Amino acid sequence: MAETKATTATTAAKAAKVTMAQALNTALRDALREDDRVLVFGEDVGPLGGVFRITDGLTRDFGEERCFDTPLAEAGIVGLAVGMAMGGFRPVVEMQFDAFAYPAFEQIASHVAKLRNRTRGRLTLPMVIRIPYAGGIGGVEHHCDSSEAYYAHTPGLKVVTPATAEDAYWLLRDAIADPDPVVFLEPKKLYWSREDTDLERRGALPFGRAAVRREGRDATVVAYGPSVPVALAAAEAAATEGIELEVVDLRTIVPFDDETVTASVRRTGRCLVVQEAQGFAGVGAEIAARVQERCFHSLAAPVLRVAGFDIPYPPPKLEHAHLPGVDRILDAVDRLQFGDEPDIRHLLKGAVA
Amino acid sequence: MPVQAMAREMRSCSAAVRTDWAGVLCNRARPGRGEDPAVGVVERDGSSSAHGPRRRACLGHIALQTVGIRQFICDPREVLNTYFLVATILLPSVQRKRAPSMSVKSLRQTVQGLLPSLTPVRFVAEDGTPVAKPPAGYREPSVEALRDAYRRMVLGRRFDTQATALTKQGRLAVYPSSRGQEACQIGAVLALRPDDWLFPTYRDSVALVTRGIDPVEVLTLLRGDWHCGYDPAATRVAPQCTPLATQVLHATGMAEAQRRKGEDGVAMALIGDGATSEGDFHEALNFAAVLRAPVVFFVQNNKYAISVPLARQTAAPALAYKGIGYGVRSEQVDGNDLVAVLSVLTDAVAHARAGHGPVLVEAHTYRMDAHTNADDATRYRDAEEVERWGAADPLSRLEAHLRARGALTDADAATAQQEAEALAADLRTRMNADTTADPMELFDHVYAEPTPQLLEQRAQLADELAETALTQED
Repeated sequence: MAETKATTATTAAKAAKVTMAQALNTALRDALREDDRVLVFGEDVGPLGGVFRITDGLTRDFGEERCFDTPLAEAGIVGLAVGMAMGGFRPVVEMQFDAFAYPAFEQIASHVAKLRNRTRGRLTLPMVIRIPYAGGIGGVEHHCDSSEAYYAHTPGLKVVTPATAEDAYWLLRDAIADPDPVVFLEPKKLYWSREDTDLERRGALPFGRAAVRREGRDATVVAYGPSVPVALAAAEAAATEGIELEVVDLRTIVPFDDETVTASVRRTGRCLVVQEAQGFAGVGAEIAARVQERCFHSLAAPVLRVAGFDIPYPPPKLEHAHLPGVDRILDAVDRLQFGDEPDIRHLLKGAVA
Repeated sequence: MPVQAMAREMRSCSAAVRTDWAGVLCNRARPGRGEDPAVGVVERDGSSSAHGPRRRACLGHIALQTVGIRQFICDPREVLNTYFLVATILLPSVQRKRAPSMSVKSLRQTVQGLLPSLTPVRFVAEDGTPVAKPPAGYREPSVEALRDAYRRMVLGRRFDTQATALTKQGRLAVYPSSRGQEACQIGAVLALRPDDWLFPTYRDSVALVTRGIDPVEVLTLLRGDWHCGYDPAATRVAPQCTPLATQVLHATGMAEAQRRKGEDGVAMALIGDGATSEGDFHEALNFAAVLRAPVVFFVQNNKYAISVPLARQTAAPALAYKGIGYGVRSEQVDGNDLVAVLSVLTDAVAHARAGHGPVLVEAHTYRMDAHTNADDATRYRDAEEVERWGAADPLSRLEAHLRARGALTDADAATAQQEAEALAADLRTRMNADTTADPMELFDHVYAEPTPQLLEQRAQLADELAETALTQED
């Protein structure tokens, strides 16, 4: 019964446009069907299908033994998954929202990330922690955090965030098959974005490689997850002004694909990093630092960051003012010194020191 | 056919049919479990609140059809009756979920079944004499088991004092002693089978030695060579856990994994009194109870969390009472009475192994030494208290008990002592040998394959070390 339904879902996916949510659901189905060790659990992931319906129908089609609701406690969910992974299973757990994953942080940082290391590889944790994250959906407080930096800063974790439905499917399949624990960040605002793709034939790049989503000669825009479509829209707008932006989609924040990013920036000579998260000490800062370390002699302008402000995530009516949009990206493009005009905004600061 | 006979027939039908039946009910059978897999699956299925009495009746119908018992399903009233009786006889856990309709009497029984004894279970008084009235419901371990435990306690204590001595010689960075807690350390391990899992803390080194792990490997963490010196997969002992209570969830997950795989292994988590204040402890009890995971939570209440006394940790009458709020069967035991600890834990492990769910056991004991060698216990407790607990020493108590029963001779005690001295001498020799940790290993176990960044950093460190070596040569 399970197989028929899963196959139907895949066939349907082939015929029609696929949303990221459908792609994720199909990935979970295919993983459950192909590997008995895969289990899906978390809050409301059972009969309800998850608050975003990513696990829709999994309990019905695979049974409660394979996809089940747990008590409402995130540390408990992740801690249970650690024990079950030690016991030979491959748990895929869902944290309901980004900010609700924080109670699990000790389990993630002290155990999930470290068990292989502590035991010299004798115990490993092939498990996936799925987290719907970031904003743009008008969510109230504690539902829109961009929490990627916490995980990316923790050695031992792999951190993934897809920007397309095709990547959502393949990166989740890769994450489940990975021998290491993966924090899988799903951009909530892209759940319902559609694209034509055939999930039965892999078009996606390998895990760990960044994708050049749009080629351009004038500047490289590095983005990931929810910022990728924004960067592409900005590139479209810039093109009308005669500036060709190359857009690189990281796909996996960890492992980080220095090679693709570096090659692009060396080609274009200019670099912008876009992230939705607050900028200070964020992933974008790390990327900017890496780019200037590796591409300094190719750069015609400082590497600029385009980010959210350093504020707690704003209420729904104000998120438009916070999130980096096309305009903020284009403003930054203007400061990439195409006319050899220096960026004087920061000149006075530190001048007297 | 009487319903009881039908139930018997269903229970005795071939495994293949039962598996098929289970498959019909729940999509997925769990072959290989010690108990009837069909009933087990129904338990899991019945745990879903969506299943009302009607659904349960359907389950009964499917069950009846699958095992070919159809002849009496003709009279509608009888059919209904049969459904109901199948539900009550074959699916006891489904019935139990119907808490609102539980009678006062059965509710009282349920509550009393979860509550611990009013006073800690004890077989042997401090002077080694048996208590006047042996605790009801518990079996005293065999004399052979007690003699074995005695020998291991002697070894464990000697290991512990030797490890403390090694800190003074600078061979260990730190050592958290469990002197005075040997009945708990040894009792816990002896209650388990070798294929059960143990989830210890940093204070449970004596338990690890009792489990048969090389003492040098036990001390690798504190020696500073690596975080865990033994093979957890081979020994079925998780790495000693420092963040309090976090490993209790892992024990629950491991127990649940064993249950799902159809193995009858049990997991035991060791924690202290302070850790029962941590959220993970409570989440673990709750998860284990809901999942009916075969896990035993063993709290060694040694009265102090570093310096904070129990009264500042909890207002509960005893830590064992923390089980009832989660529906976890609980017990408290005299933690310095090896006979009682071994008896209660053996019972708890059997309860979990039989598929009846988790058990919480609190042992009342005392940490005779400071938190670690770096701690000064005189700042927070007085000598009189320590002296009082010294009189309750678990090792001398068991020894007196065995001697009084004629089960331990001077020669036996001397042999155990000699063995302990040999262990200590071997430990001294091996721990006094200098080890060199390989810096290149730092990059080996972060991921299955090092990331490109880690490979760069590995090369960087290799260069730094080569330069240092050159400088030293100059």
